[in-house]
Parts: sequence; C-alpha cells; structure tokens
Amino acid sequence: MPTTPSTNPSQVPLHQRRAAKVDRLAELMGERGDEGHGAGVWREALQRMRRSPMAITGAAIVALFVVVALLSEFIAPYGATSQTWGGEVFPNRNEFVGPRAENWLGLDHLGRDMFSRMVIGARQTLLVGVVATLVGFLFGALLGGAAGACSVLGGRWGRQVDNVVMRVIDMMLAMPTLLLAVTVAALVGPSLTTVMVAVGVAQIPIFARLLRGAMISQGSREYVLAAEALGVRRHRIALTHILPNSMGPVIVQSTLTLATAIIDAAALSYLGLGNPDASSPEWGTMLSEAQRFLSSAPSLAVYPALGIIITALGFTLLGEALREALDPKLRK
Amino acid sequence: MLRFIVRRLLQLIPTLGGLSILLFVWLQRLPGGPEYALLPDDATAEQRAALRRSLGLEEPVAVQYLAFLRRITQGDLGTSIQTGRPVLEEFLLRFPATFELAVTAMLIAVTAGLPLGYLAARRRGTVLDFAAVGGSLLGICTPVFFLAFILKVIFAERLGVFPSAFRLSPGLSRTDITGFVVLDGLMTREWDVVTDALAHLVLPGLALASIPLAVITRMTRASVLEVMGEDYVRTANAKGLHRTTVRTRHVLRNALLPVVTAVGLLAGSLFAGAVLTESVFAFPGIGSFVYEATQNRDYPVLTGFILLIATMYVFINLLVDISYSLLDPRVRAQ
Repeated sequence: MPTTPSTNPSQVPLHQRRAAKVDRLAELMGERGDEGHGAGVWREALQRMRRSPMAITGAAIVALFVVVALLSEFIAPYGATSQTWGGEVFPNRNEFVGPRAENWLGLDHLGRDMFSRMVIGARQTLLVGVVATLVGFLFGALLGGAAGACSVLGGRWGRQVDNVVMRVIDMMLAMPTLLLAVTVAALVGPSLTTVMVAVGVAQIPIFARLLRGAMISQGSREYVLAAEALGVRRHRIALTHILPNSMGPVIVQSTLTLATAIIDAAALSYLGLGNPDASSPEWGTMLSEAQRFLSSAPSLAVYPALGIIITALGFTLLGEALREALDPKLRK
Repeated sequence: MLRFIVRRLLQLIPTLGGLSILLFVWLQRLPGGPEYALLPDDATAEQRAALRRSLGLEEPVAVQYLAFLRRITQGDLGTSIQTGRPVLEEFLLRFPATFELAVTAMLIAVTAGLPLGYLAARRRGTVLDFAAVGGSLLGICTPVFFLAFILKVIFAERLGVFPSAFRLSPGLSRTDITGFVVLDGLMTREWDVVTDALAHLVLPGLALASIPLAVITRMTRASVLEVMGEDYVRTANAKGLHRTTVRTRHVLRNALLPVVTAVGLLAGSLFAGAVLTESVFAFPGIGSFVYEATQNRDYPVLTGFILLIATMYVFINLLVDISYSLLDPRVRAQ
C-alpha cells in the first residue's frame, strides 16, 4: 500500500510529498498495485525461465562450475604443482600417461595430475570471468548511465555531454577487443590481473552503449514525464526511476560477457599475456601450454578446451534464456 | 544522399582525432623510450638526454602530438623493432595474404550462414533448426585458436587433405603481379597456383569463419522469424501473391537489413581475428606479423595495427550506414 500522506501536509518536506505523489501515480499506472512494475517483470521472467529447457541447462552448467570452483580445495585430490609422477611422462619421446585409477584424467606433460589441475583451474577461470565482467559492468554502467541520464534529463547541455561521452565510447569500440587487451597487457606485463583488467576494459564500451540506449528509450516513457511534471529532482528520477527499469539488457549482457571473458582470457593466454605462475593454473593457460603436444597427446588440450567451451556455453544459454524471458515481445 | 555521406564523413573527424590522442598517450606511457632502444646499454645519462632532445622528446606535449599527427597522416607509422623496416611497408607487403584470407572467411560465413539461418527460421523447431542454433552457440563458445589447432591436426596432419601452413606449397613457381596469389594465378592462367592457393586458404578460412558464421546464422534466423510474423507478410500471403514473391520481396529483403550491419562489422573484426588464426597456420599475413609483435613487444607494429584496425572499423561503419540508407529510405530522412 502507498505511504499515506501525513495528516498535516505542510509539516512533511516538499520532496517527500512529491515522492509520495509519484509513488501513488506509478501505482495507479501499474497493473498490480503494491508489487511495483520492476519486481513484476523480473518475477515473470523467472517463471518463464523455469519452463525453458535452455535456461535450465545453462543454469545447471553454471551451478556445477561455480560449486567446483568454490570447493576446489576439497575436490582436487592432489596439488596443482605436485609432480609426483614426473618420472612417468616423457614429452620428448611422446610418452604420456592417460586416465587411470589414481589420476582420473591422466597426467600432464610435467607429470602433474590433470584432474586436480582442471578443478583448481576452474576457480582461476571463474575469477577471471567474474572480475573482468565486473570491471566492464562497473565502468561501462558508470559511463553509459551518466551519458544516458544527461541525455534524457540534462536538456541541451546534457545532450552535449552525452555526445562527448559517446564519441569516446565509439573510439573504444573501434579498437578490437583483443588488441585493446594486448595493449593493456603490454603496459602492465603478463599476469592474471592483466588479463582480467584487459578483458574487462574491452567490455566497457558495450555495457556503456547498452545502458545508455536503454535509459534513453525509458526516458520517453510517461512515468518519467509524470515525475518531471511533479517536480521530482532530476538525479532522483535518473537513479530511482529510469535506472532500475533500464537494467534488464545490462544484466543479460553481464551473463553473456562472463562467457566471452573466459574465451577472451584464453586467447590472451595463447598470445603469451596470461599468468606465468604454474601454481595457479587457469584453463586458458593450460590450453595454450598443451598446444605443443596436440598431435601426440591431444587430451591435454581437449580437457581445458572442453572446460572453457562447456562453461561458456552454460553462461551463454543462461544469458540467452534471460534475454528471451525479458523480451516484451515474447511475453504473455 | 550526398549530404548524408558528407555529414557522416565530417562526423569521423572527432572520432579519428580522439583515437590519435589515445594512441599518442599510450605511446608516451610505454616503458623504455627510444633512448633505450636506440642506444647501447652502457650509454651515459647525458647521451640519452641528448638523443631525447634530438628526437624532439623534450618539446611540449602539444608540439609532440602535432608532430605525431603529421607523421601518421603521412603514413609514417614508425619502424618495426623486429625487422627494422617501416611498419606501413611491412603491413602493405602482408596485406594481400590477410585480405585473401578474410574474403575467404567472409564468403564461407555468408554463403553458409544466410541459407542456414533462413532455413532454420522456416523450419522452426525441427532438427535442422536445433542443429543450426546449437551449432552456432558452439561456434561462438569455442576459442578460435583451439578450433584452428583441431582443424590443423585432423585435416592436415592426420588426414592430409589440406596443407597445414603457408600460402603456397614451397617450390611452386608463380608470377607475382599484385601480391594477391589467387588473383595473380587467375590473371596469368597458372591454374596449379590457383588450386594450391585455394587449398591453403580452406583450413584457416574455416577457422576464421567460425564466429562470423555463427553470428550470421543466428541473426538471419532471428530476423527472418521476426519478419515472417509481420502483418504485411500475412497481407501479402492473403492477397494471393506467389510464395516465392512473398519470401524474396517481403521476407528476405526486410530480414536482411540487420544482417547487412552485422556482416559489415564482422568484416572489420576479421582482421583482428586473423592474429590468432594466421599464427596457427603460419599464414604469412598481417596477423602472424602482429602475433610475433606481441611476443617481441614490438610496440610500433602494435600501435600501427591498432590504428589500421580502428580506421578500417570507422570506415566500414560508414559504408554500413551508407548501404543501410540505400536499403532503407527511412534512415536517410533522419
């Protein structure tokens, strides 16, 4: 129910009275009273996703990946660097050890347990994906949100600001993702942080464009006009009215970005910009290391590659299902 | 139409200008300036300072930026540390190889992706649709360099169907006219050169085509599905137009609009994707060269490549806008 106006309106501060009015107006416009528009959209989307096999597959893969990554210490039977069986593997003579009882996925080229490295690698891979996506999301949303808010509410001056910001974003878009990442890596030197920052920075323009576009399209809605007419402060309209309603595409993109971040990170490792530290294996690094033995021991490359592909597939399926569930055209 | 093009060209100036500033700042921030690269390690601090002065590195930043701008507009992208030759010259030497590869990949992606996406949309929910959607998802999620390695191991090393490296088999004599091997072969009627060059393009072309193919298939499918549900398609069917007329004039023509944009933008990304593919197949194009540059920290080559890609991207964007306005009159009016 709405916040009932105070018995003596003059004692309530002006902006609170205005806010209460807007809340009531939004409520009258909404189909379901006390729930609020935003919550309804998301709840509906969730219900649709529960019926979609695509979403369930994606969610299952992602859940498995996250559980393995978080509990890697307890799942991995051996350490990532322990070369207990170093004497049994001779890459020069093409002698490798395949799957057996004590090493479920066999040994890698230095005699380390492949299964343990895959499990421990899951955590590093998740870390890269999440941090890179967060970097892109935070800075992209900041830039795009500012540009969108200025464009919608700032009048002529605001559109100028929006124009300038978008030109910068366009320039960033013009740089190929991989090359942008290579330049960051070239400045800071190869490490896991480099990969995370590099991949994340490359995602900033995409997030910025998406949020700005969504905010501008929300800006022409009646509820924004109503809020403006009631004299609600502009930053309040931007933050509490337009922004929450514009987050849909950005959240979908985050899910999809988790997949691309993992793939891009693998490409960066292949270019030799990844983490040189062997004690914290990451699937991309493992994959590029294993390329050398691809013709003699293909499984060394296939396991990390499958890990990357399946995980990326999981995030992509989840993101696509979410996108479909939120698509107003497909609703009802 | 001309006004539209001129206006879009004018809009390029701030973008390219800003890009040059970004690159300039990046070059300034690089560790170890030219005074370390050009002088021996035991040079004194005075010698380094003298060299910095003579190279104009002690001038005000604005002056340096203008000098940088003058150089790049004259096509001077610096000298490659690896080869000691001008970067632009190295790029031009390798451009035909990468161009041939990119065209091959785009041809594969478009000729397979458009029909596949269209058929998947027409037969929605069938096995074909499922395979097309699943296959394109898989294509997007597979790291390109891994796919390239797999193709190489299976088709070149195990089966021996296609060659595994280079543009031409060693020992094959050919007449060099333009640097484009296939084109030269066609012009001089050296058919063995043409077939050999085409065989060398298949595997890297397939690897490079994987992502564009997936994107085009998905976009075509989604776009055709959307258009098929439009009222005007129902009207066209209801008034008894021939099936083929409806499908080509009404459905395809409108459905291809967003695909055109995607194809244009993907074309730009092919050059960047070539870095991974070419290095796997030792394909002597710009991509392999840039791959070596990342390994050797050859900064002039990297900046030159970024400038090249960015300029290409901006101009491809322009071409996409123009072709869009030709296809859709509403865009021109804005």
